Amino acid sequence: MAELTSLRSAVEALVRDGDFVALEGFTHLIPFAAGHEIIRQGRRDLALVRMTPDLIYDQMIGAGCARKLVFSWGGNPGVGSLHRLRDAVEHGWPQPLELEEHGHGDLSNAYVAGASHLPFAVLRAYAGSDLPRFNDRIRFIECPFTGERLAAVPAVRPDVAVIHAQKADRKGNVLLWGILGVQKEAVLAARRAIVTVEEIVDDLRAWPNACILPSWTVTAVCCVPGGAHPSYAHGYYDRDNIFYKTWDTISREREIFRQWVKHHILDTESFEEFRRVLQEDMAGEVH
Amino acid sequence: MTVAASRLLGNGDVCFVGIGLPSAAANLARITHAPGVVLIYESGPIGAKPDVLPLSIGDGSLAETADTVVSTSEIFRYWLQGGRVTVGFLSAAQIDRYANINTTVIGDYAHPKTRLPGAGGAPEIAACAGKVILVLRQTARAFVERLDFVTSVGHLDGGDARKRLGLPGKGPVAVVTDLCLMAPHEVTKELTVTHLHPGVSIEMVRAATGWDIRFADAVEATAPPSAAELGALRDLQRRTARAHGRPAEA
Repeated sequence: MAELTSLRSAVEALVRDGDFVALEGFTHLIPFAAGHEIIRQGRRDLALVRMTPDLIYDQMIGAGCARKLVFSWGGNPGVGSLHRLRDAVEHGWPQPLELEEHGHGDLSNAYVAGASHLPFAVLRAYAGSDLPRFNDRIRFIECPFTGERLAAVPAVRPDVAVIHAQKADRKGNVLLWGILGVQKEAVLAARRAIVTVEEIVDDLRAWPNACILPSWTVTAVCCVPGGAHPSYAHGYYDRDNIFYKTWDTISREREIFRQWVKHHILDTESFEEFRRVLQEDMAGEVH
Repeated sequence: MTVAASRLLGNGDVCFVGIGLPSAAANLARITHAPGVVLIYESGPIGAKPDVLPLSIGDGSLAETADTVVSTSEIFRYWLQGGRVTVGFLSAAQIDRYANINTTVIGDYAHPKTRLPGAGGAPEIAACAGKVILVLRQTARAFVERLDFVTSVGHLDGGDARKRLGLPGKGPVAVVTDLCLMAPHEVTKELTVTHLHPGVSIEMVRAATGWDIRFADAVEATAPPSAAELGALRDLQRRTARAHGRPAEA
């Protein structure tokens, strides 16, 4: 059964150096609070997987947490590049980053395979593309019934999955809605799972077909209101598009980025404190 | 460019959309001549009808206005691979004469000069959508003789290469740029300029293309945007700018 605990304790206990970690949330419900806590606790040598790295992995890569990235699209959505990701790939800063690159159809189905405890996912993809030439984990097989040549991609089975959701009840059953991405699949594919939530309620009042992760599929549930900021939580708060644009400037230069991480993440005790510091900062920002 | 691209969508279309130029064109079509067009975003919304152009494919307005929202794995399995997408809109950093595209790296993969965002849903869209429309600004840096990396396939090396490889969709049927419209030659599949936008000359198109681009025997002029189309686009851009605090993409 999921343990209701603090985010600090959950990360301390469940995320270890060298782990294969998935922080999912497809532009919605991105677990920023958890990502920051991983940075704050100084985790190293992580193999990160996320379909769209977004700002969260840009921050974790730039902060030196990662040795490897498994992904399918690495830009700042609607804004431009992820400068820290690019710096790691183009110049090896702060350390070389090994890339395992896929497409969305591939990686999303790799999570399904992981959740199904199957070794690979099958899809009709990659014929003629250069991606398989540079990723030897994209292979081709022949359908045993029709003889059709199809792509086979390995299942994603993280050591830890971390997601943010809207609600959990006091037993640790989790409810999420809106744009779901591959959050459910990531949790069910992983050996351990941390879910941060906006609120803990007595009764989820879920509707039929609601996306529920039963308490017994989750390791830890942590109440972190606003925990997806600057991404959004459907029904709670909007995406902070201004921050996404501001990130382009913050992350462009190494020293400015380093100072930002120190001031906002390393020198703060919690996500709540981060939000306060960020608000003061952004109020003083000239856009 | 946006208007020209939007004209290629019709009421029966189920359109898989990315952000930027494709999103503007698809939404413009929806609010003008093709209100029945179904917009699908890879984040999960099916039948999205946003009032302003989303900044990202996860914007709340997409989930709120959609007929339904499904998981990303479902989008790629049931909807795209399942053959339910009639048209995919794509853009790219580089394109070649057979409309193959590169969104991965400029330079060498292991030591890239520029690391681009990567594949996203493009390889699957390029393979499985009924047809593909490409929208991008035309420069000699983008329209290259040889791609640094083939992320998503167009017509491969031409002719019936797609069919021989067993790709289910027809592939690129049009390329819309800020200078002209192109279509693959019926037999060779090599991109051929069919229309020049108002004020654009053949020389300008040649200068903005990194290969000796073909022109149709009778190149026509792109019909200029109507007052209604332009009005709707400007309005959409204004609403978007107000919502996101910056000018929207044209």
